[in-house]
Amino acid sequence: MRNNLGPALAVGALLVLGTGLGLALFWAPEDADQGVSQRIFYVHVPIALTAYACFGWGAWKALRLLWTREARYDLESYTAIHMGTIFGVLVLVTGSIWAKVSWGIWWSWSERQLVLFLVLFLFYSAYFMLRYSTDPGPRRANMSAVYALFGVVLIPVSFLAIRLAENFIHPVVFTREGPQMAGSMFFAFCVCLAGMLLLAAALYQAELAGKRLDARVRELREALA
Amino acid sequence: MSGYLGDVAALARTSLLLELRQRDTVPAMVLFVVSALVVFRFSLPADASDLASLGLLWIAIVFTAILALTRAFVAERDQRVLDGLVLATGDRSAIWLGKVAGVLAFLVLAELVALPAFALFFAAVGWETVAAVALANVGIAAVGTLLAAMAAASRARELLLPLLFLPLVIPVVVGGVGASVEPDPGRYLAFLGLYDLIFAILAWASFDYVVAE
Amino acid sequence: MIRARGLERRFGEKRVLAGLDLDVAAGGFVAVTGPNGSGKSTLLALLAGLLAPTGGELEIEARRDEVGYLAHEPLVYRELSALENLELYGRLYRVPERRERIGMLLERYGLWPARHERVSAYSRGMAQRLALCRTLLHDPSLVLLDEPYSALDADGARLLDAELAALTGERTLVVSTHDPDRVRPLATQEVSLA
Repeated sequence: MRNNLGPALAVGALLVLGTGLGLALFWAPEDADQGVSQRIFYVHVPIALTAYACFGWGAWKALRLLWTREARYDLESYTAIHMGTIFGVLVLVTGSIWAKVSWGIWWSWSERQLVLFLVLFLFYSAYFMLRYSTDPGPRRANMSAVYALFGVVLIPVSFLAIRLAENFIHPVVFTREGPQMAGSMFFAFCVCLAGMLLLAAALYQAELAGKRLDARVRELREALA
Repeated sequence: MSGYLGDVAALARTSLLLELRQRDTVPAMVLFVVSALVVFRFSLPADASDLASLGLLWIAIVFTAILALTRAFVAERDQRVLDGLVLATGDRSAIWLGKVAGVLAFLVLAELVALPAFALFFAAVGWETVAAVALANVGIAAVGTLLAAMAAASRARELLLPLLFLPLVIPVVVGGVGASVEPDPGRYLAFLGLYDLIFAILAWASFDYVVAE
Repeated sequence: MIRARGLERRFGEKRVLAGLDLDVAAGGFVAVTGPNGSGKSTLLALLAGLLAPTGGELEIEARRDEVGYLAHEPLVYRELSALENLELYGRLYRVPERRERIGMLLERYGLWPARHERVSAYSRGMAQRLALCRTLLHDPSLVLLDEPYSALDADGARLLDAELAALTGERTLVVSTHDPDRVRPLATQEVSLA
């Protein structure tokens, strides 16, 4: 059952994401204001939402670890956060491209989501530093879990902080109003989001399976030695 | 409850006593924060506004706090005292709370020098800045002490703490700078209070997991 | 008092304890022996609850404040005096009549004259005596001693011999040592780690 889950997710992700991108590029109507560049929206926003989902999933597994003290949740939490960070970097990259195409600049402090992902990127990079500089074991699992929980609390707090900071740091020059989405646009967006979530799930399963296999091989090697 | 608070008081008193004997944290913080302000003086262009210097004040406070936090568990790491306390203390969050009280005291002492020095070198310090500093101290000490315990258990130690701490302290800087420079400081102060509440509860509840297995 | 089944502890890749079974009845005296790196200290830290097992089961019939744990390090603040350290521990452990108890222990271990001196000025042997006072301060029912004879001079060792003899049967003891002959007369069982 578990063995089939990974490939099934991967195939599903490819199909749904392919369909979604097809719809977004060729079927959804062109945005009246932003023209073709607006179509990156169908990639950028689903990636961002998927990253949040990964961080949330990682925090949930972290909570399970602290609750049950079962070591497997440590690996699951770590893998989810790893995925979240990869998607988070993609948010920064696609957001940056969008900013360049729309406004001619690679970075804008007035784009809240982009700023938030920069903060989160720094936060979760520190999470990896914490893990790398601590010996594997129950203590590291606990500390990683606590830090992961701080992360999901930091997301809304930082978002609020970034909104508050706009008043004195940078006047908002560019606004990217939530596009007045036509029904067809919203549908394409939802398909893209579903595809992206499936992709994340597939990658999560694959990495987890790899890491477990790795641990198993090490155990066997140790048993033989 | 009085037993819990008694533990906290005993542990906080120990922190203060150790500092009184060794004097290796507060004098360093005071010297650092004044030096930082002087360096900032030379990094600001002549026509920079008072508002810009208020922003720098907050940088100075955060970095001075990092100094205190890196030292927070040095005495306990030595001779594995922390393990002894972990075994002896009924509710381990008392260790956190005692340490937070110590860090808070050190921060306040450093700021008693830093704020007048800032007023002397740059611009007057309003009541809203003082209120914001007081609120920020709580959040900084609460989060920072937990992270300091984590960093103390890692190999990278002093190096790791700022990396863990700075992303979490960005909202504090936003609230502090906003309260200092905006005409309506109320909501920034409220935001700082909210931050303190949320993260103090989180740190209080999770400290046990950080110091024990 | 103690029941372990297949107890395992790893540090990263390294497995320090593997598949240890142990049963200790209340009042038992376990001598833990084995060469350096065989996991004696790890076992004691597991029993103290400082480390969690990474495999197997471990049950201890004692609350945390009923366990006394002597480690390699004395677990006391170097810049506090012996008295200040024991005062702090006594308050955290909620020791009744702690002044009297602390005075009695310091007296017994010959530290009373040096009670106001900072631990940083102590010799290794004095620090070890202080660590013994700290371990026994709250009259623990489960006493875990990791190499208790290390750094003790002949007098100190004799004091500890007498202490162990007095505790035997009254309390449950787990003592790790590289010199098993010293505790063998008292021990009711021996765990030999490889």
